[in-house]
Amino acid sequence: MALKLSDFKTQVHNDWCPGCGDFGIVNAIQMALAEMNIPRHKAAIFSGIGCSGKTSHFINTFGIHTLHGRVLTFAQGAAIANPEMTIIAAGGDGDGLGIGAGHFVAAGRRNINMTYIIFNNGVYGLTKGQASPTLRLGEKTKSLPSPNTNYNVNPIGLAVASGFTFVARGYSYDVRHLKDLIISAIKHKGLSFLDVLQPCPTYNDINTRDWYAGTDIADSSAMETHSRIYKLEDTGYDPVVHYEEEAEINEKLAQALIKSLEWGSKIPTGIFYKNEIITPYAGRLIDKIPNYLENSPANQKVSSNGKPTTDVSNILDSLQV
Amino acid sequence: MSTDLTWLIGGPQGSGVESGANIFSKVCAGIGYQVFGKREFYSNIKGEHSYFAVRIADKKIHSNVNDVHLMVAFDAEMVFRHVDEVVKGGAIIYDSDLENITIDEVHTLDIYFKSRLEKYLESKNKEFSIKGILESAKDRGVTLLPISFREILSKLAEDTNNPKLKGMIRMFNVIGVSLSLGILGLDSKPLLDSIDSIFSKKPKVAEINKQVANYAYNYATAKFDKINFSPNSVSKEPNTILVQGHQGTAIGKMVCGCRFQPYYPITPASDESVYLESNEILNVKEDRPGSTVVVQTEDEISAIGMMIGGALTGTRSSTCTSGPGFSLMAESLGWAGMNEVPCVITNYQRSGPSTGLPTRHGQDDLLFTINAGHGEFPRIVYASGAIEESFYDTGKCFNFADIFQVPVIHLLDKFIASSVITCKRFDPNLVTIDRGKLLDKIEKKPYKRFEQTSDGISPRSKLGLEDGIFWNTGDESDEYGHISEDPFVRIQMMDKRLSRFELILKQIPKEDQVVSFGVADNCIISWGSAKGPIIDAIDMLKKENINVGFIQIKLLHPFPTEYVKSLLKDVKTIIDVEANHTGQLGTLFKQNLGKNVDYFILKYTGRSMTSTEVYDSLKKILAKKANKREILTHGA
Repeated sequence: MALKLSDFKTQVHNDWCPGCGDFGIVNAIQMALAEMNIPRHKAAIFSGIGCSGKTSHFINTFGIHTLHGRVLTFAQGAAIANPEMTIIAAGGDGDGLGIGAGHFVAAGRRNINMTYIIFNNGVYGLTKGQASPTLRLGEKTKSLPSPNTNYNVNPIGLAVASGFTFVARGYSYDVRHLKDLIISAIKHKGLSFLDVLQPCPTYNDINTRDWYAGTDIADSSAMETHSRIYKLEDTGYDPVVHYEEEAEINEKLAQALIKSLEWGSKIPTGIFYKNEIITPYAGRLIDKIPNYLENSPANQKVSSNGKPTTDVSNILDSLQV
Repeated sequence: MSTDLTWLIGGPQGSGVESGANIFSKVCAGIGYQVFGKREFYSNIKGEHSYFAVRIADKKIHSNVNDVHLMVAFDAEMVFRHVDEVVKGGAIIYDSDLENITIDEVHTLDIYFKSRLEKYLESKNKEFSIKGILESAKDRGVTLLPISFREILSKLAEDTNNPKLKGMIRMFNVIGVSLSLGILGLDSKPLLDSIDSIFSKKPKVAEINKQVANYAYNYATAKFDKINFSPNSVSKEPNTILVQGHQGTAIGKMVCGCRFQPYYPITPASDESVYLESNEILNVKEDRPGSTVVVQTEDEISAIGMMIGGALTGTRSSTCTSGPGFSLMAESLGWAGMNEVPCVITNYQRSGPSTGLPTRHGQDDLLFTINAGHGEFPRIVYASGAIEESFYDTGKCFNFADIFQVPVIHLLDKFIASSVITCKRFDPNLVTIDRGKLLDKIEKKPYKRFEQTSDGISPRSKLGLEDGIFWNTGDESDEYGHISEDPFVRIQMMDKRLSRFELILKQIPKEDQVVSFGVADNCIISWGSAKGPIIDAIDMLKKENINVGFIQIKLLHPFPTEYVKSLLKDVKTIIDVEANHTGQLGTLFKQNLGKNVDYFILKYTGRSMTSTEVYDSLKKILAKKANKREILTHGA
């Protein structure tokens, strides 16, 4: 039976601010799951802490609202124990690139088959607008007492450097494009990262919807707007690593890194980097445990009538004196 | 005469002390002796001093003693540090090439030890050298057995026409073990067999080792008399295993169905995870092979997060750590408590605070594990007192976790982790697996993960179960798991979670909560690995017709107040024995029973207790000559 968008909505009251970019992301996730017809019980949304942390409550699949900075750890554990699940981790930029930055890097190295979406708005909204790791040096958003004293993290660059094998950026007000990116991310064999630019209408008065739309740089005489956002795929950009050769991989990595630095009047979205040549974590486990996928930890039968079925007699024999 | 002797080997870390001791233990266990061995080492990879004391006896033993009967030293530091432990009538096998080494030439002797040593030698009027310290031992009636280890190698090199042998100082450990067995008058065949089994994949290496072993063994039997303490013959107990500390919980995890273990490396806990990974593919009766997925994470925060994620899929999941790692886990522990996630954290404690004595023993984390994490949530803290016990307790901890849907902290420690003992072969048939209210199928719809029930425990779905969708959150939540800040929902949910304590005390069998070794006017209360030295000390007192009681408290949180109270109702003097500074069980005892313990026997040098020192302190207490806090200090 085909699933509808409404099947993935919950009745939970959504308390995000009016105009919040988060709405677009939740819609895009729900649309992607419906379009892919993923049975509800086969998907789990893990979320961190902050406004974006509530995402898991708004989607009608398993929803695990974890701890600040730790969403990737919970999500990876579930993905390893039950590789049949479609796992999406969602969290803010402070969650993933500040307090959770160590997990971000380690997750890239593992390349577990799942998707990680960062809701990137440059501020800590729920604690009233402090600077997040993606806010640029010297910028002063509304509630900062003085301009930001830290340099910003480059999420795309960090993901590429850490070993994520699918790296993309979406914009929360382009829901259809974002939905397509989420579908590509879920389908990707390995760890996918999606950096979603998401204006915070309450606390980030710099990177606003209008700013992304480029109203400030519009050429009034030409009567047209100049959105800062553009799509890499419209420029002929090819993010895919096609064959296993160092030169090819390095070229695609370098290209993604260079593109990730583009900011200001032109901001790229779309897929920056995609490499399915690198073995996902499950494949690395299969090298050691051949039946890992068929008999994953969650699938294993460990007892019969309350008695253990594991036979450790060979181990005990080796210890016997 | 009964057999009870301690053999001590030591030398620089990385010189084969541990493998030498393992061979010796294996040989003795193979003959039929009961073995209790313990390793001590610095936080260092190569060069610092490490030693291994192996006690063998013809009856079951549970601890080390102070006395050493035969010591093997292939470096000078071993002689300097341990000579005083060898008893009158005992013997020291040492490398005679060391004789002229002075204290100042041994750079790994720290200034604190050096000054104590020099003071001692000065008082005995001896020179500050190996010669001096050995003379002092000889004066006490210790037999000196000087042997040039290098000469043995060069003679053997000549005899076998294999000049390479000459410089193989890594053979020193095999020489030491072989000389010891010769001097103790034990058969050499088990030694050769055990070399074969250790090097089964390297027959050439095995051959060289056997040549060296034979040569040294024959050398010792020809040159030296047997020492006074030589063991008598013994009959071998059937179904005996020689097992290392971490293997109890590791094999316990395999048997009881733990299939996922994320962990971060830390001493002394990592051995368990490494062992699980080394045996990751499991035989399963009448089924395809199973497996334990072991993941080395980026830190302990990730280890516990992953464990919880795994547990949410219905997989029995666990992690293994020590104090510093557990400190990092505190926040997630609260999340697991809030969301009623069954999981087991195996905590091999060591000496804190902070990095503390990273490779040394301590029972420092009792109160911390009970209180770790902000807010109030249910958990179980359960402690095992020995390796054999830890195997069975591991299965119980997983059952407790599943039945009560709480995180369980299984406390062990460095003493257990670095012991090697003989015990009865673990019997997996004695393990039961009870998954509590874990569902395979959802009958009642809509499913509510935190549904109010009469016992406070809700049927548990898992990720992937059809119609079993649920939400979890660290926020307070309603029955579905959605965030709620309603004051009445809050009361309902807090009451639901915390009613667990009462249920736990009601449902866990009494004999799993507290083990009584007999109650007497003078009665010990203790927990964890202090058990071994205590029961051996009590045994020593029994031989003098002195009866001291002992209750081992295994369930430490929630505290079995009423049961402990009933057990101790007629006791006159309560003695708390544990390896920390403040007497944490005593604190817990007072908190729950409203009264103070009378005496503490405490040790916080980082070295485990010996039964000798526990016995000595008990004697002082019985003679009313003890301090309220008896502080133990034995061990280099």
